[in-house]
Amino acid sequence: MLKVIDSAVPVACWSCSIGHNDFTLFCPHCSKIQPPPGGDYFSVFGLEPRLNLDLAALEHEFHRLSRKLHPDRFARAQENEREWSLADTALLNDAYRTLKEPLRRTEYLLKLLGAEIGSDAGTEQGGHDKKDLSRVPADLLEEVFELNMQLEEMRMARKLGETDPELQVSLERAKRKFDVLLSEVDQDLRSQWQVWDEGDAAVRKTAQKLMVALLDRRRYLSNLVRDVTETLGA
Amino acid sequence: MAEGRVVGIDLGTTNSLVAYMQGDAPVVIPGVDGSNLVPSVVALDPIPAGGGRPTVTVGNSARKALIQTPERVIYSVKRLMGRGLEEIQSELKMFPFRLADDVEEGEVPRITLGELKFTPPEISAYVLRQLKRNAERFFGAPVTQAVITVPAYFNDAQRQATKDAGRMAGLEVLRLVNEPTAAALAYGLDRAKAGTIAVYDFGGGTFDISILKLRDGIFEVQSTNGDTHLGGDDIDNLLLTIALDEIYAEHGVDLRGHPGAVQALRKAAIDAKISLSTEAAAHFDIELPNGDRYQREIPRAVFELLIEPVLERTAGPCKQALADAGITPEQIDDVVMVGGSTRIPAVRQLVDGLFHLSARGKKPHIELNPDEVVALGAAVQADILAGASTATEEMLLLDVTPLSLGIEALGGTVARIIQRNSTIPASATEHFTTGVDGQTNVAIHVVQGERELAADCRSLARFDLKGIPPMSAGLPRIEVKFLIDADGILHVSAREQRSGKAAEIEVKPTYGLTDEQVESMILDSFDHAEDDFAKRLLIETRNEAETILTAVERAPQNPAWQLLTDEERRIVAEARDQLNAVKTGEDLTAIRNATLALDQATRRFAELMMDAAVSGAIRGKTMSAAGEELGEAVTAPHAMAPAEFK
Ligand SMILES: [Zn+2]
Repeated sequence: MLKVIDSAVPVACWSCSIGHNDFTLFCPHCSKIQPPPGGDYFSVFGLEPRLNLDLAALEHEFHRLSRKLHPDRFARAQENEREWSLADTALLNDAYRTLKEPLRRTEYLLKLLGAEIGSDAGTEQGGHDKKDLSRVPADLLEEVFELNMQLEEMRMARKLGETDPELQVSLERAKRKFDVLLSEVDQDLRSQWQVWDEGDAAVRKTAQKLMVALLDRRRYLSNLVRDVTETLGA
Repeated sequence: MAEGRVVGIDLGTTNSLVAYMQGDAPVVIPGVDGSNLVPSVVALDPIPAGGGRPTVTVGNSARKALIQTPERVIYSVKRLMGRGLEEIQSELKMFPFRLADDVEEGEVPRITLGELKFTPPEISAYVLRQLKRNAERFFGAPVTQAVITVPAYFNDAQRQATKDAGRMAGLEVLRLVNEPTAAALAYGLDRAKAGTIAVYDFGGGTFDISILKLRDGIFEVQSTNGDTHLGGDDIDNLLLTIALDEIYAEHGVDLRGHPGAVQALRKAAIDAKISLSTEAAAHFDIELPNGDRYQREIPRAVFELLIEPVLERTAGPCKQALADAGITPEQIDDVVMVGGSTRIPAVRQLVDGLFHLSARGKKPHIELNPDEVVALGAAVQADILAGASTATEEMLLLDVTPLSLGIEALGGTVARIIQRNSTIPASATEHFTTGVDGQTNVAIHVVQGERELAADCRSLARFDLKGIPPMSAGLPRIEVKFLIDADGILHVSAREQRSGKAAEIEVKPTYGLTDEQVESMILDSFDHAEDDFAKRLLIETRNEAETILTAVERAPQNPAWQLLTDEERRIVAEARDQLNAVKTGEDLTAIRNATLALDQATRRFAELMMDAAVSGAIRGKTMSAAGEELGEAVTAPHAMAPAEFK
């Protein structure tokens, strides 16, 4: 579950000993760098959990914090400050990388809320997750079956050094279709962002369920598109 | 400054440089011979007549030994840094070095140099030590902290090996900076502009491409790619192979068994390559051991055809870097060229095509010397780290890790935990458990690379998590934190969450030296550093003596000489003879004292000379013309004063 920032137990600053809450990168009293704070990636940027983010503002804040936290600024500092600068900057970078990318952001928020999500959702460079291919969305069952047959045929033909222009055209058509389905999923996700950001607890819960399902569908479709692209490009 | 200066070092495959920030501009520090480039060549002098360890020489003098005693010289050692036995064996097919015959699997390979054996970091440490000395000589003060550059595509082991080399050389390495990023810093210093730039870095032994976004002094790397096995060396070897084959075919002479001859031929190949950047053709003309001559003309067109496959190998990484940054070639505002190999016109043509430059009315940036730009950038980063200058206070470099980090999962597949091109420092937390009741150890295999199978990636290290409290299988929950620091080097820590105990980690780096090994190599190199230091001091002292003796020889030609009394001239002559008598001896103090005595004896002459020059200036000559009359040493407080001894 999300941590509620207000209930944070005060901790004391290592430098000036004055208490502050555990969610700050710098002591509010003496401005010294603090060990990696508790809290989620949103709180690193002083944000409430949200799915629609102002990316320009996020980048600006990332740069501002980088200037203050980066190990380059602590190259000749004492050892504990050097260590915290390293840990804090890693946290900042991890947070920025996750939040700036819409799918990673959505996945992160849903996981934070306790959802179980397959690995690598939306990360374009992620590894193949072949096991997920068994979870075919019901409405695509027939088409996927057909497509897999064609992919197999195509690979066989390639192996034998043959070309099958008809199959090529058919696969290209299938790829276009799945690309369209993908962009539909993305649109649906975006509208659920809005719903979640503005909704109350009950509305959010429904939106969360929908988004988990959409992410599953998206991962399935993008694996499919990648397989077709790879086979066509081979 | 309370703390010493931080210097920037470009530890190159072919040449190395050291630079520092002079005010608001980075400057390369020249060596004793006045040259900015120190060839990354290390030679072992013959064993002294009385026995003991032979002296190690570095740079131009070591390069001269290449042809006379090739078995005592090593170069391009950067290609061997952080590599395992098998990799080095395949690399050595291209080079005349021999692997020590007692190297075992899992050890850091050692290279035979004369009668001694060295690991690649030790060889690099000698180069670094030379640069450190050049800087110390230049500043007249010790230098203990440095920024060292590495190819952006260097993996963890190669980075660690570079850091180890620094430590062995007596340098605290404050940061490893990626070479293309350093070049961007050097270019970005005087042009506070926003935009997206690509740095194409084609050096002696490595190729890197980096794409950066510049904004308000922040240099944010978007993506990087490269090949740590690709560089000017490959071009040299192509030319060398052709020459060797032709010499064998046409003259029946097989030079391959003669390392000295191969080195002479390699030098001819490099000269040919360099001249082909400006000339339409290059000529080989080499006398063979049987008296024949190997004469060959290589027209540029033939050369370009020959090297095309090598150059073409840089295209793939460029396209991948663009794809990873999510941009098209048209979105690149500027391309910066780095590395000696970018002097080749065909390389510039290729880059022009890759980034559609001339089609957009643009040219690649070649304003800064491609051999020096990385060192200059390292000096800028050193200045940022020193934190004491206004020139760089607004600048910040955000770099990325070039390779994905993963853990070997069941079935030998890789579970990726940190993606390539993630901004560093970066971290990932993973949870592990046991598979058997009562199990107290968990082994983790960490790899680096983009392939699906662990066996195809580069093995980084095996971690053994120990001291897990015995529990039922699957019950322990061990949290392992992986952190890539700002140098691109991995750190790991672990904790068993149910018991709260910190799990003990035993790290077995797949390639690399242990802390103890590095430590012993420091002491080792320091031990004979003392000998070297004494020797260096003696040479320097003799040089100072020669300088003042030359000035005294020329003195009678100066009108001021006639103003001295006979007695004064006699004292000068006596001091001169005394110095001449001791200058070739080994007694440092005697040479130094005789030099100082001669300096004292000529002091009045120097004053008279200065007076004449000044009155000359008053009579209407310009000061600089008067200065010329004083000779070369005009800036010294005393026209004949030797450099101060410290
Ligand atoms: Zn404080």
